[in-house]
Amino acid sequence: MKKTLLVVSLCLGLATVVGAQTVQLNAAGATFPYPIYSKWFDDYHKLHPNIQINYQSLGSGAGIRQVIEHTVDFGASDGPMSDDQLKQAGFKILHFPTVLGADVPSYNVAGITGTLRFTQKALAGIFLGTITKWNDPEITKSNPGVNLPGNDIIVVHRSDGSGTTYIWTDFLSKASDVWKNKVGTNASVNWPVGLGSKGNEGVSGLLKQTPNSIGYIELIYAVQNNIPYGDVQNSSGAFVKATLASVSAAAAGAAGDMPEDFRVSITNAPGKGAYPISSFTWLLIPAQIQDATKRKTITDFLRWMLTDGQKDCEALSYAKLPAQVVVKETKAIAQIQ
Amino acid sequence: MAATSTTVGPAGIDWRPQALLRRLRSGDEIAHIITLIFGATILIITVLLVYELWIHSAPSRAKFGFHFFYTSTWDPVFDNYGALPFIYGTLVTTAVALFLAVPLGLGAAIFLSELAPPKISAGLSFVIDLLAAVPSVIYGLLAIFALIPLLRSTIEPALKTYFGFLPIFQGPIYGVGFLAAGLVLAVMTVPYIVSVSREVLLAVPADQREAALSLGCTRWETTWKVVVPYAKTGILGSIFLSMARALGETMAVTMVIGGTNQISASLFAPGYSIAAVIADQFTEATGNLYLSALIELGLVLFLLTFMLNGIARILIVLTQRRGGGVAA
Repeated sequence: MKKTLLVVSLCLGLATVVGAQTVQLNAAGATFPYPIYSKWFDDYHKLHPNIQINYQSLGSGAGIRQVIEHTVDFGASDGPMSDDQLKQAGFKILHFPTVLGADVPSYNVAGITGTLRFTQKALAGIFLGTITKWNDPEITKSNPGVNLPGNDIIVVHRSDGSGTTYIWTDFLSKASDVWKNKVGTNASVNWPVGLGSKGNEGVSGLLKQTPNSIGYIELIYAVQNNIPYGDVQNSSGAFVKATLASVSAAAAGAAGDMPEDFRVSITNAPGKGAYPISSFTWLLIPAQIQDATKRKTITDFLRWMLTDGQKDCEALSYAKLPAQVVVKETKAIAQIQ
Repeated sequence: MAATSTTVGPAGIDWRPQALLRRLRSGDEIAHIITLIFGATILIITVLLVYELWIHSAPSRAKFGFHFFYTSTWDPVFDNYGALPFIYGTLVTTAVALFLAVPLGLGAAIFLSELAPPKISAGLSFVIDLLAAVPSVIYGLLAIFALIPLLRSTIEPALKTYFGFLPIFQGPIYGVGFLAAGLVLAVMTVPYIVSVSREVLLAVPADQREAALSLGCTRWETTWKVVVPYAKTGILGSIFLSMARALGETMAVTMVIGGTNQISASLFAPGYSIAAVIADQFTEATGNLYLSALIELGLVLFLLTFMLNGIARILIVLTQRRGGGVAA
């Protein structure tokens, strides 16, 4: 016991002598990219033992609040900050896309085992409560040969505020003007119909138990748990299955008119193979960082994240950034002063 | 002012150094001060809690005023907030829970204290205390996997068939909803009622029972007409404790209530409770008004608990006046 203590204290002593200045960064925010962020920060710590980045996955709202209040070195969010929030901050905050996520429609209809295809109108109508039966013409017309029952549709949505809901409602706002004006886009909204359940696991659990139900879950969650999901019609009219490739294609489709601050919604992005319910997730980094060591650490990390870091994405089922976006972001790093 | 009056405090305490030292040495004063501090701490924490909730809910209170209590839209996109469905959901689930838990808990407590052999009583009491220690997330999970499928496939259809004439058992069946939340809360609060009521019943003096038996009462008459009324105050106390628990329960309710802000007479319908909506939405809430509306919900829950506890106290006083006992 004494011996191990001695060894440990020696090692600690050595580490402080040998290692360069220890840098500790604190970050907080979105839960959706937490698995890849924790892998990145862990890998980066292994490469640079003197750098430690602590990330608390408290949710996007908390990430935005904490970065505004300077209680973290940087934040993370599944939705870009609004103009109001940026104004409220009183200092410049930069958005850096890190990876891509997507939402998929998952359903449980008696007797249906194959993949259902949903038009944008159908999804908007179901979630608005204007399409109430499974055999509604808007659903049957895109599923020829499938014998859909005449039962009532039971809608399941997230009850907790989440980036997943933000992406879903952002897509529905683009799919339907009625949705846009009546419900809108947010991490939680005033749902016209449906049951609420907590988390991806809550929604998929409720779907499994409830016949004739439909809900939305994160693509990663669906892939990792082998949950079947439907195809969605994209802006060019094609029915696309959500995969890492079709999600990256959506980002590439939107890269053309990417604004300078990267605050862009890529739901319903152009491109034949683009999956329409996709989104970036962002790191929120103050443009002015007083502490020179911290500034260098953050910019170095961003460069690593855009190159080596992106290679970790697919193993964890995240879609990686398209090349054009990486180029653009690498340039934007210079804005951090 | 006379010289002697300056050395003796207003409360009649002898403040002269020697006397004070003597009192300190005997320990009385130290115990007095320490317990006073502890007592005051509880009060200060409560006051600070209300103060914080009051301050941080200011934007929402200013914008919505009393509308907050009787409107039922909760819209984070258009920043329009009303708490009525959540207040309704909290009260309904608590009522369902107490309706089920009180007879069950009281019956179990009477059995354990009056009728069961001591060995069985001790063993069962241990199990019941164990139930109280199960984390609420476990109850929530069990409800999702076991209770809700059963509710949807068997219990709720049966209730609808046999009691469908009652408005509370009408409408579509989802499994999740007020009834599911109430049932989970009942299971969670029963241990409190059993545990406290049993202690109170055991504390009823033996001569009360002996007197009743000697007058020719049966065992059940003794229990129901003498022992239980004697312990009434304590039993009510246990019920109010479990009510407070049901009002504030968050995790398990969030998982089974259905997360829909609507008011429905049917117990089959999904709804929402105050604690559940705060737990669901606080982490992702951005925007000052949204946050302060959530904090005002916290204030409403505090007030609700405060009011119901007040009513409870009044009930206790009333029952005591009507000639109940004074046990516990």
